[in-house]
Amino acid sequence: MSFRDNPLGEIRVPLVWTAGVALVVAVVVAVTLLLGDRRETLRNEAYGVTREVSDAVAAPVSGVVSAPVHWFGALSDGISQYFFAVSENRRLRAELEEAAQLRQEVLGLRDLNERYRDLLGLQTDPPIPMVSARVVSDSRGPFANTRLANAGRERQVQVGNPVMSEYGLVGRVVGVTRGASRVLLLTDIASRTPVMVDRTNARAILAGDGGPNPKLEYLRGHDPVKAGDRIVTSGDGGLMPRGLPVGVAVKGVDGAWRVVLSSEAGAIDFVRILLFEDFSQLVDQDELNARSEPPADGVLPTVGVTSPPPPAPTPAPASPATSAPTARPPAAKAPAPKSPAPKAPAAKASPAPRPASSQPAPAPEVAAPPPVEEPVF
Amino acid sequence: MSLTATRLDPWRWLGAPMLQCMAATILFSLPIRVFGWGLPEPIFCMAPAFAWAMIRPSMVAPFGVLVMGLFLDIFWGGPLGLWALSLLVAYGAVLGARNMMVGQSRPMMWIWFAAACSVAQTVGFLVTQLDARATPNLLAMLWQFLATILLYPFAHRLIDRFDDADVRFR
Repeated sequence: MSFRDNPLGEIRVPLVWTAGVALVVAVVVAVTLLLGDRRETLRNEAYGVTREVSDAVAAPVSGVVSAPVHWFGALSDGISQYFFAVSENRRLRAELEEAAQLRQEVLGLRDLNERYRDLLGLQTDPPIPMVSARVVSDSRGPFANTRLANAGRERQVQVGNPVMSEYGLVGRVVGVTRGASRVLLLTDIASRTPVMVDRTNARAILAGDGGPNPKLEYLRGHDPVKAGDRIVTSGDGGLMPRGLPVGVAVKGVDGAWRVVLSSEAGAIDFVRILLFEDFSQLVDQDELNARSEPPADGVLPTVGVTSPPPPAPTPAPASPATSAPTARPPAAKAPAPKSPAPKAPAAKASPAPRPASSQPAPAPEVAAPPPVEEPVF
Repeated sequence: MSLTATRLDPWRWLGAPMLQCMAATILFSLPIRVFGWGLPEPIFCMAPAFAWAMIRPSMVAPFGVLVMGLFLDIFWGGPLGLWALSLLVAYGAVLGARNMMVGQSRPMMWIWFAAACSVAQTVGFLVTQLDARATPNLLAMLWQFLATILLYPFAHRLIDRFDDADVRFR
């Protein structure tokens, strides 16, 4: 028998076949997971328990692994600061003088701004609380650009919170677990951020593509942007606060408008997570969500939908001052005045029956409207 | 008589390389900048995926590739299954062509490894295009491709160690 004649040839065939079957099964599993993935949705439940557990484990591990790097960086910074202390001192003095002049200008402008706001009656946004965190892991590939920050649910971080470095917007939180949060960078291919050109107020969508400079898409208007224009968040859709610095517009080699991100000016080792939800944080949620129930008897309330419910019928007629809504005169069915209805919290604060005299006086010449079918909310 | 010249220990040719690649991936994900440049992000898991297909067909190896791909997806925060599918398709392509590739010179094998990397990245490109309805940056893909093909010596070392371990598939 020659060396080429493999006596084990008959064993090879079933092994190759079973290996092929195993490969097909693994591919099916991968495709199924891929089809079920909803990474880009702004919902915490879409992030999945697997990712949460993985992030919770990866954050401390990466933190430990990166600790020597941070120590080395701090050490090299310390050495360079020691050797360049004199030149650094000169530079800082010059900056301090410039900052003192700017401070005076800022104080004057702030005062002027406050006066204008008072005159216009502008309601300004409330200050946004922030959480500082350290980036412990960083993915920079063409198909995923995310970072893992070591602050999570225990510090009230939520999915959708914008993330900034000291230079500008970095991205937004797409997954939170205890001790860690996953930040989707502006450069990720799934990232879409509403922005505007600071000079022209022209709106656009900043779309990541895995490269360092995301695209400006859906730009409208004639000549809306020029090279060097500052790009900031527009706040459209309530996803992010308005005016966060994003970067500077440049013309890409492919002819598309792109943005050189401000956050790329330095290493993103520390970030600030803005605990900003959306514009709904400006209003009282309880007041907004208070449900208005139509009366069961079809009688329209004249004061508001928060009028107390009618008491149980009593044999003796009640005095007008304490009569139930059913005992109101027919004219009470007249349309309610145009004045805004009392708010729900006010009704909660005074649950006692409202005296009849407090109701608006009905105009005698106004005829009662036909009964209206109130929609049930 | 034993069927194999040297018995392949699954831990040595599957488990250990897999863990080493995962550790290297974690190490290269540190947010470090050297002279303003971040670390490259090669696909370390391509090296064992290529080598396993070259060494011999196996029932366990595809699931090892699947685990490595899922690890990349979860750790890098990408769509779950993206790298798992990309690596499995590349693994399958190498497995299908191993009779043609086996025994070739080192530079030629390096070219085959680059071809396998391009297959994996093409699958990643197409899946991402379908998933995100956007075209990934080709320059970013090129950088990752170049960083990955530099890893062939690690795959070659793995092939050299275990290529003769099972004579049935020579």
